[in-house]
Amino acid sequence: MGRDRSRLIAAAAIVPAAFVALFFAYPVVTVVWRGLGGEGLAPLADVWNTSRTRDAIWFTIRQAAVSTFLTVAIALPGAAVVARATPRVRRWLRALVTIPFVMPTVLVAGAFAELFTRFGLDDGTVRLRHTVWAILLAHVFFNYAIVVRTVGSYWAGLDHRLEEQAQVLGAPRWRVFTEVTLPRLRPAIASAAAIVYLFSFTSFGVILVLGGPRQATIETEIHRYAVTRTDFTAAAAVAVIQLVAVLLLVALTTFLERRRPLTSKRSHPAPPSSVRARLLNGAGVGVLLGLPIGIVVERSFATGSGYGLDHYRALGTRVTQLPAPATTAIRNTIVYASIAMVIAVVVGTLAALVVVHGRRWLRHIFDLGLTIPLGTSAVTIGFGILIALDEPPLDFRTSWWIVPVAHSLVGIPFVVRTMVPVLRRIDPALREAAATLGASPGRVRREIDLPIAHRGLVVGTAFAFAVSVGEFGATSFIPRRPETLTAPRALFRLLATPGDVLRGQAMALAVVMMGLVAVAVIVIESSRSTEEGTF
Amino acid sequence: MKHATHLIALVLSLGLVAAACSDDTESSDESTTTTTADDLEPSPEPVNITLLTHDSFAMKQSILDDFASDTGITVVVLNAGDTGQMVSEAILTAGNPLGDVMYGVDNTFLQRALDGEIFEAYESPSLDVVPDHFELDAEHRVTPIVFGDVCVNYWIDALPEGVPAPETIEDLTDPRFAGDLVVQSPETSSPGLAFLLATIAGTDDWEQFWTDLRANDVSVTAGWEDAYYGEFKAGGGDRSLVVSYASSPPAEVIFADPPVDTPPTGVLLDSCFRQIEFAGVLAGTDHPEAAAAVIDFLLTPAFQDDVPLSMFVFPVSDDATLPQEFVDHALLSDDPHILDPAEIEANRDAWTDRWVEIVLG
Repeated sequence: MGRDRSRLIAAAAIVPAAFVALFFAYPVVTVVWRGLGGEGLAPLADVWNTSRTRDAIWFTIRQAAVSTFLTVAIALPGAAVVARATPRVRRWLRALVTIPFVMPTVLVAGAFAELFTRFGLDDGTVRLRHTVWAILLAHVFFNYAIVVRTVGSYWAGLDHRLEEQAQVLGAPRWRVFTEVTLPRLRPAIASAAAIVYLFSFTSFGVILVLGGPRQATIETEIHRYAVTRTDFTAAAAVAVIQLVAVLLLVALTTFLERRRPLTSKRSHPAPPSSVRARLLNGAGVGVLLGLPIGIVVERSFATGSGYGLDHYRALGTRVTQLPAPATTAIRNTIVYASIAMVIAVVVGTLAALVVVHGRRWLRHIFDLGLTIPLGTSAVTIGFGILIALDEPPLDFRTSWWIVPVAHSLVGIPFVVRTMVPVLRRIDPALREAAATLGASPGRVRREIDLPIAHRGLVVGTAFAFAVSVGEFGATSFIPRRPETLTAPRALFRLLATPGDVLRGQAMALAVVMMGLVAVAVIVIESSRSTEEGTF
Repeated sequence: MKHATHLIALVLSLGLVAAACSDDTESSDESTTTTTADDLEPSPEPVNITLLTHDSFAMKQSILDDFASDTGITVVVLNAGDTGQMVSEAILTAGNPLGDVMYGVDNTFLQRALDGEIFEAYESPSLDVVPDHFELDAEHRVTPIVFGDVCVNYWIDALPEGVPAPETIEDLTDPRFAGDLVVQSPETSSPGLAFLLATIAGTDDWEQFWTDLRANDVSVTAGWEDAYYGEFKAGGGDRSLVVSYASSPPAEVIFADPPVDTPPTGVLLDSCFRQIEFAGVLAGTDHPEAAAAVIDFLLTPAFQDDVPLSMFVFPVSDDATLPQEFVDHALLSDDPHILDPAEIEANRDAWTDRWVEIVLG
């Protein structure tokens, strides 16, 4: 069986390896190589010796670390509530927390600005606008869902009897949490934290819009050199520094996430959280996530003469700024997000199997290789695609499908990272018992592995869809035909000309995107409840 | 395998939603290129010309359809982000260009594009309808198509009590406008750079001017959207002066809600920097003649008349007619500030670095 298995793993490894090699590694190596122009590492020394760039590097690393810590700390109680909620409530909560994930930065910044003003955080001694605090707050807002969803779904599958036993033995609540629950959550927390870190590490719009013009990060520096100054050498040098930093960080989280033996035979869900815990959490989430969402929703209904559906109706009529009605852009977004989701699920599932069951060296390479695109500048990948995939047989740079493919580069790590901790938790004893009782390896896989893996898969699938709706990644650097305009790009065009009609329509479009993601999460999750309790 | 079924169901249901959202715009994508029957001249071979342009490019599809049926040339538009991104991408892909024609490079980026040797020279016969001062390249590697002014706008009703609107660029440093102006960083924004250039061309000592502006509590944002909608009165902010465009007031009328007769904003004409947008044939095109025909097309009345309401810029052609909204509400400076593209390119990094020191340092 050993040889068959390693053959199977090798076969499973081919697709993700080829995918990442073609659409990520080859373009990135090409653009960096061209940028450095045979000057070797001299340009690296040059940018390293620029105090501005060096400051940007340290700031990037620090703000991403603090953002990650805050997000995990604030989202963990939320994850507990999600883990203990009834399936129906859980589904709604998951949809709700995922909405911020796709909100356009400019609108979130506007909503925050309005909140800052209303709560007096805009002037005087307390000032949030254009500070590091605004960046951190926004990162928590955008990434909250990643921790709640990844950790929450893992938590729901833990055997709660351990906690009950500890409590019976007289351990105080906080000790039960820190000594029994937290250590068992570590793989899922590490997995989510890695994604949050890389998202904060490469965040662009938040830094510029909320952080203001004074804050520079590795990502904004790459953009400044490559796009504002057309200095491809300096841009490539900073891109190399970014790649090295990300490699080190991913290697570190891989180490933290290493396989841990677990003893749960079957999930034994915890009882629902106390009313007080739920209320406290609800209030916290309501303020953090609900207020900015509420402001955008309110603006989408606000018209010149009160409130109404005018802006939503207008989505069906083309304005001069758009090549087609906004509804066409919504349709494109649905098509692209579905394609990106399917690619991410197929490639990500195969990759997750390799990460869990492959040989040690293969596991590490896969874990690194599939996560690095998350921490790589959109400029590097986008410009790389433009000059690497530009000639037959690889002339893909203006093909429409390169857009969902680029989205799936960001979606794949979500699928891998949500599935791996879940797959690793599958109890070997359970599989052995099944095998002893005469189940074929195929049946073991089908009846034990798949239902359990499915838990992680739905979370990753929903994020892969959301990533594409929010247009994460390199696609802003890939030229597009007007007929393939997507909702977020239509929204930016609407906001580029003054006028309340256009602004209102942009708000309505944002609310449609948010609704789209909420519906997608609910539909994807609904495949889960039927499985629950069956293992 | 219930989950797999669910996934398929999701994809299918999303597909249905997508189909429901779709509408008749499909037909316009597949515009026919057949020439009309009464066309006596031998019709040229149908050819596709890719027009690489910025994200602000917009025009009526019917104009492109007419051009296709007249000439057999189908124009395929390719949007490449903002102007800076488009120029960087064109330089990066020089020799194997992303398109046949580039439209939209402006005088602030022109020299960089010329230095990148991305264009093939073409002198359009249609240039005779264009005033000479718009032509900035003697070798005709680029052809002027549209222009516009970047100017300080003010929200008329939000000006400080009893204070008249600013009249000169120096007024902006006057304490009566303390805390009223929001500008964009020239490092990240095209209007931000244009306004910096306006101050370099239009004040005696631009470094002192910005030092005074800073003392007058100027606010800086990364982009136009967060300035106009975030801090300027238009989006509910508390600042009454913003760097925007000369064409912003007509847009405020056309897209007003509820409808208005006069714009809520005015333009400080002394602060305007002139941006001219050019088109050029990209070197490496397989269809240089058809590409040249597209350049000519961009100067025809059909296209030139459409640009004000489609892109909120002004046509360069003397033969073009402005829409009534522009005649009524758009003010253009008689004497806008302008700088030589070569001078801009040579000093741009040094100027923006110095600006960062003065304003953000």
